Amino acid sequence: MTDSTESPDLQRRSGLRRLKEGTYGGLFAACAAATLLTTVAIFVTLLSDAVVFFQEIPIAEFLTGTNWSPNPAGGGQAFGIIPLLIGTLVVTITAAVIALPVGTLTAIYLSEYATPNARSILKPLLEILAGIPTVVYGYFALVYITPALKATLFPEMSTFNALSASIMVGIMTIPMVSSISEDAMSAVPDELRQAGYGLGATKFEVSTGIVVPASVSGIASSYILAVSRAIGETMIVVVAMGAQARMPAVREAAFGIPYINPADILLESGMTITVAMVQIAGGDLTGGTIPYDSMFALGLTLFVVTLVMNVLSDIIAERYREEY
Amino acid sequence: MSNTPTSDSLITTDVQTESTDRSAVSGATAVAARDLNVYYGDEQAIDDVSIEIPEKRVTALIGPSGCGKSTFLRCINRMNDMIDVCRVEGDVEFGGKNVYDDDVDPVALRRKIGMVFQKPNPFPKSIRDNVAYGLEIQGFDGDVDARVEESLKGAALWDEVKDQLDSSGLDLSGGQQQRLCIARAIAPDPEVILMDEPTSALDPVAASKIEDLIDDLAEEYTVIIVTHNMQQAARISDRTAVFLTGGRLVEYDDTTKIFEDPEEQRVEDYITGKFG
Repeated sequence: MTDSTESPDLQRRSGLRRLKEGTYGGLFAACAAATLLTTVAIFVTLLSDAVVFFQEIPIAEFLTGTNWSPNPAGGGQAFGIIPLLIGTLVVTITAAVIALPVGTLTAIYLSEYATPNARSILKPLLEILAGIPTVVYGYFALVYITPALKATLFPEMSTFNALSASIMVGIMTIPMVSSISEDAMSAVPDELRQAGYGLGATKFEVSTGIVVPASVSGIASSYILAVSRAIGETMIVVVAMGAQARMPAVREAAFGIPYINPADILLESGMTITVAMVQIAGGDLTGGTIPYDSMFALGLTLFVVTLVMNVLSDIIAERYREEY
Repeated sequence: MSNTPTSDSLITTDVQTESTDRSAVSGATAVAARDLNVYYGDEQAIDDVSIEIPEKRVTALIGPSGCGKSTFLRCINRMNDMIDVCRVEGDVEFGGKNVYDDDVDPVALRRKIGMVFQKPNPFPKSIRDNVAYGLEIQGFDGDVDARVEESLKGAALWDEVKDQLDSSGLDLSGGQQQRLCIARAIAPDPEVILMDEPTSALDPVAASKIEDLIDDLAEEYTVIIVTHNMQQAARISDRTAVFLTGGRLVEYDDTTKIFEDPEEQRVEDYITGKFG
C-alpha cells in the first residue's frame, strides 16, 4: 500500500445526525406509548367507576341477578347482568358459527383455488364489505332479513329478534376472518405446497393438510379479532334486536330436566351488554347515579371477557403452532 | 486450478470408480421421452428430446442454466401442470404408459414418482409426521411407525433422529432436513425419485452424505438427478444426459463415456469449463 500515515476519515460527524436519529426514535416511541397509555387509561377509568358502582350493588348480585332494569318508571331497580350476558353470548356464538367457517373457507378459496384474476376482483370486494357502516347492516337485517325469515322459516318470529341481528353480525365479520386468514395462508412458502404435490397430494389435501396447519396462528388471530368484534358490536344489535333485557323461559322436559329452547332466545327480542350501555349513555342520566355507574361495571365486564378470550386463544394458537 | 486434463479423462474423477459397481448398460427402461417439446408461452424450453432412462440406475441431467434440464425433470411427474403457460407435446412414458394421456391422474402418477427439491422443504410438522405424510394421503394401512423407521434408515437419518421423532423437522440442520425430505419421498415406496439439484443449498460435508445416499438409493429406485456440479454427476451417476442451450439433448451416454470421451465437441467444451 502507500506509505501515507493518513488514516481514513472515520470521525463522528456533528451531533446533528445523532440528534435527528434520536428525535425519530423518540417520535415513534411516543406513538407506541400513546396507544398503550390509552388502553391503560380506559382500564383505570372503567375500574374506578365500577368500584363506585360495586359499593352500592354487590358484585355477586350483579353477576348472578336475572333482572336488568336500571331505570324503571315505578321504582324497583335491578342490576342483574345475566340476561345481558345471554344476549351477548347468543349473538356472539351465532355470529361465530356463520363467520368462522365461511371466512376460513373463503380464505382457502382465495389463497389456494382462485385464479389471480378472480382474487384481484374478490379480495377488494370483500374488503368493501368490511367498510360498510354497521348501522346499514342493522337496517338491512331489520328490513330484509327479518321479513324474509318470517315469511319462510319462522312465522312466529318477532320484528326485533336476536337471530337476524346475529346473522348480520356474522356476515359483517366474515371479511375480517377471510382477509387476515388469507394473508396468513398466502405467506406459507410455495416450497411446502410443491413438496405436498410432489408426494401426490391433491389440492384439497395440500390446502387442508399443509397450508392451513402452517398458518394456524394467523387464522386463530383472525378468529379472536372477529369474535371480539362480535362481542362489542352495538349498532346492528340496537337496530335489529331491540332492547328488551329478557330471561328465556325455562321449560320442563318429559324427564323433569329443565332446559331452555334456543328459539325462545333467537326468535325474540333481547339485549346485549353493549346495548344496555348505549341505553344508559343515551338517556338523560348524569354522573353520580347508580344506573350511570352501572355502565362502567358493564364495560369492565366486557373488557375482562375479551381479555380472557384473547389470552385463551393465544394459548390455543401456541399449542397448535406450526412455524415454517 | 492448474492441472490440465490427462490423456483420457477430461476432469479428475478419482472417486468415480467407487460408484460404478452397477453395470451401466443393462436393465429395463423406467422412464422414456419421445419427441418431447415443452413451451412456456412462446418460448421453447425443451426441443425435441428423446431419451430412455434405465431402471435402478442413477441418471444425471447436466447442462448450463436455462437449458431445460429442470423442466424435463418436472415433465416426468407432471409438476409442470401447475404452471399455466406451460405446454407439453410428445410423450413421456413411465412403465410403458404415456403420462400425458387423458386418462392419467397426475396425483396417482406422483405417488409413483417421488421428488426431492433444491431447497430442503420439510413440513412444519414433527419428523415422524413429515415422513408419514405421503403414507397418510395415500391411505397406507400398514404399520406406519415401522415404515417411518425404515424410510429414515433408508435416508441415513435414523441414528441421528430416532430419539426426537416428535420434534419439528425444522429443528434439523440443512443437510439433515434434505435427508428428511428424501425419507419422506421414499416412504410411499415410489419407483422413481426425481432430484432437482438436491445438494446445491448444502455445505460440502452434508452434500457428500447425500451423494453417498443417492448411490445406495439406486439399489432400489430409479434416480434421476439434475445437477450443476459436474464432479457430482461424474461421481454418482451411471448415465449422463447433457442438455445445452435451447432445451436440446446434445449427448446421452454412460457417464464414463461422457466424461472421458464425449462424441460432441460442445459437450467436451462444456465439461472442461470452456463455456457454461
